[in-house]
Amino acid sequence: MLTIGLAHYLTVAAILFTLGIFGIFLNRKNVIIILMSIELMLLAVNINFVAFSVTLGDLVGQVFAMFVLTVAAAEAAIGLAILVVYFRNRGTIRVEDIRMMKG
Amino acid sequence: MILAPIMFYLFALVAIASGVMVVTARNPVHSVLFLILAFFNAAGLFVLMGAEFLAMILVIVYVGAVAVLFLFVVMMLDIDFAQLRTGAMKYLPVGLAVGLILFAELVLVFGSWAISPIVSTVAAAPMPTAAGFSNTRALGNLLYTRYIFAFQAAGLILLVAMIGAIVLTLRHRVGTRRQVIAEQLARQRAETVEVVKVPVGAGVAAEAGVGAAE
Amino acid sequence: MLVALVVFLPLLASAIAGFFGRTIGDRGSQVVTCGALVLSAICGIFVFREIMEQSAPQVLTIATWIASGGVDVAWSLRLDTLSGVMILVVTIVSSMVHIYSIGYMAHDHSIPRFMSYLSLFTFFMLMLVTANDFVQMFFGWEGVGLASYLLIGFWYDRDTANAAAIKAFVVNRVGDFGFALGIFAVFVLFGSLDFGTVFGKAPATTHEVMNFLGWQVPALTLCCLLLFVGAMGKSAQLGLHTWLPDAMEGPTPVSALIHAATMVTAGVYMVARLSPMFEYAPGALGFVGVIGGTTCMFAATIGMAQYDIKRVIAYSTCSQLGYMFFAAGVSAYGAAMFHLFTHAFFKALLFLCAGSVIHAMSGEQDMRRMGGLWKKIPITYVLMWIGSLALAGIPIFAGYYSKDAILAAAWASGTAVGRYSFCLGTFTAFLTAFYSWRLLIMTFHGETRADHETQHHIHESPWVMLAPLCVLAAGAMFAGMLADHFFVGEGREEFWKKAILVLPAHDSIAASEHNGGFIDSLPLIGGLIGIALAYICYMLRPGIPAAAAVHFRALYLFLLNKWYFDELYDRLFVRSAFSLGDGLWKTGDGAVVDGIINGIAARTRDAALGASRLQTGYVYHYAFAMLIGVVALITWYLIPR
Repeated sequence: MLTIGLAHYLTVAAILFTLGIFGIFLNRKNVIIILMSIELMLLAVNINFVAFSVTLGDLVGQVFAMFVLTVAAAEAAIGLAILVVYFRNRGTIRVEDIRMMKG
Repeated sequence: MILAPIMFYLFALVAIASGVMVVTARNPVHSVLFLILAFFNAAGLFVLMGAEFLAMILVIVYVGAVAVLFLFVVMMLDIDFAQLRTGAMKYLPVGLAVGLILFAELVLVFGSWAISPIVSTVAAAPMPTAAGFSNTRALGNLLYTRYIFAFQAAGLILLVAMIGAIVLTLRHRVGTRRQVIAEQLARQRAETVEVVKVPVGAGVAAEAGVGAAE
Repeated sequence: MLVALVVFLPLLASAIAGFFGRTIGDRGSQVVTCGALVLSAICGIFVFREIMEQSAPQVLTIATWIASGGVDVAWSLRLDTLSGVMILVVTIVSSMVHIYSIGYMAHDHSIPRFMSYLSLFTFFMLMLVTANDFVQMFFGWEGVGLASYLLIGFWYDRDTANAAAIKAFVVNRVGDFGFALGIFAVFVLFGSLDFGTVFGKAPATTHEVMNFLGWQVPALTLCCLLLFVGAMGKSAQLGLHTWLPDAMEGPTPVSALIHAATMVTAGVYMVARLSPMFEYAPGALGFVGVIGGTTCMFAATIGMAQYDIKRVIAYSTCSQLGYMFFAAGVSAYGAAMFHLFTHAFFKALLFLCAGSVIHAMSGEQDMRRMGGLWKKIPITYVLMWIGSLALAGIPIFAGYYSKDAILAAAWASGTAVGRYSFCLGTFTAFLTAFYSWRLLIMTFHGETRADHETQHHIHESPWVMLAPLCVLAAGAMFAGMLADHFFVGEGREEFWKKAILVLPAHDSIAASEHNGGFIDSLPLIGGLIGIALAYICYMLRPGIPAAAAVHFRALYLFLLNKWYFDELYDRLFVRSAFSLGDGLWKTGDGAVVDGIINGIAARTRDAALGASRLQTGYVYHYAFAMLIGVVALITWYLIPR
């Protein structure tokens, strides 16, 4: 318990990841929560990468974590842009109202 | 020393707590703020692990740019405050069950992770053990040499994202007047100047338009 | 090679008239086809002379057709006396019919098509008679059946013509099925389909047995019987004869060419050609004889009661074919071919004269509405007399020699079948003369029974129609006299050479020289009695036939309705075939097959509809689905541990 090892970090990451997943499909409020949950999941993954990088003594993990960061930023920007345009056209971002792609 | 575990648990718990709050907060602005808190704590965890460069980058990029962006959008959109809860109850049992299963599996997998002893010898980019090398420097050494292509590609991704965001959201407001330089430069004399012979004492004949009445 | 010209000129002419008929016009197609046929006939005469000069059958191979496994079949032309005689008959009669058709069909709308079909038929018939193996013969066989269908149904806007064409084709098909089975049996027995090989091996296979539908039957007899079934179909013998009277729906030149002189004689030709096989299968020969004898009497009885001029002649053809078959049945192949030869001339003559009468009567075919024509169309009248004299077997005319040769051989064979055939044949000679003179008198003599309008239009046929008749009449008069020596007389051995085989034990023609004078003159006596009876009944006392019809009403109706064969077949085969077809169509195809297909389509649509409900439009539903997938995948991988 007292010595913090790999498993601890991984557990934290696992919890954050699960929380992110909950956020995606348990939320009924608005779409922004979904986007934020995605960010949470990416954060959990980053923690994983860095934890392994430190344990294995391999810097590649951190390099990759940096790229994940980059892509996450790009994706958040685009996602929000889409959201804004959608809001302009539909007037709502309630999750229940977004079902035009119904089969 | 005992500080490290305490800091770890502190950071971890606060991160998890803010994660929960992100998902469950009523006010979306609160959600974003809790997200920022989660990021800070994760950065703290990174520092604890020894990847301080990444931690700072996390704060600068994630918090400074992405979270702020979220905040802008949240405040810009006219969002109704949360009502509901009604729909969530239906899915809660199933969703909770699935989530817990996932968590259990993750723990199972990672808990039983056996790291082979030869791994450190075959590391793709071994961490420099000498004290002279800071994390930043080591990363820089690696990034600009071995992973230069990925680096540039990441830059391109950001460029494309920027263009994409602009293309998506740009709209021309009707009624605003802008300068179109090309049109201005292509103006012909014949369109703008008209030479009129004006007899003395008589003004220019009144035509429809401005300025004739002066 | 001349023979290649003989065989392929009609094909060429048919193709030109058929494909370019519209370009070259009516006159053009007539000229092309008639010219080609006349040229073919002239070449045929030269070919015949060549054949007479050579001593053994010659085979001219054109190309390989099938070379697969044990089956080696080539396109080839066999030249021996038998095929030479047939070539003569076919080309001469066909060219005469072509020329006649110029006049008869002058007002038709589709002259090029008609001429093309006639020439096509001639080509197929020539392929049949010059075949050197079973498969090419079958090719010709089927081809003449096709041409017959096309020509019977030539006026395709008529329902009756269409039905008759289909009937002819289907009944022929039944015979062809037997023929095909026969070919298969021959191949199984001999391992080859080439005439030369098969004929050579035939004597050795007399004791072999084959399994047919569970019974062990003598193999060679089985082959011959099956092949003869084909001949029965093509030559309208008892049982498969129903198509011939209905085939009169076609134009008269068609009846003359196909259903009198050439196609229907293909069966006789086949039996004569296969004599090396039939001679070693006495059972089959006996069957042939019985069928032939029965048919000849059966058809003659029906012919007595018919009132359509063409049907009388059609039944007459059927009857005369019976003669030819029972001649073959007593191994008198030479006599059978002799009768085929003479019959071609006088029957074609009779048919074309009937066509002339119909032409004069503006399309009327019912004899009950004719009469009193002999002054108005005298040339036709005389020609018809010549044909009838030849048919009845009056001395000097052709039929006398051939018919008497057949009957003499039948008696002389001494077998039960032979004697049976002789009795029926002689009785039939009486009947033949009777109905022939009945036809003559009803059509040409007495008070005219035609209506006023038709009477005004009665005119003699143009010379383009009469000239071929004269040629045929010459044949009907002199062919018998001239050819008797060669076909059945002293010169027959040199004439036939190897073309037909007659085992010495069966040689009925040779034996017939020992017949008594009474036997020999019996057919003639029968014929004269028939003529006298017809004269009495129709000229002197016209009331007798009507009284007889009333008195023997049942018999009269039986004969008028063709022994009710058509009704029998309708009940036995046609109705069941139709109901089977109906059932398969409505239930089999409609309900089952369409049901399965539509059912599969409908179920697929239902499944798709159900699957489409998964797509709710909510992103978090999709994310949830993905999550479940991930969890399942991880669980799957974790389980072995």
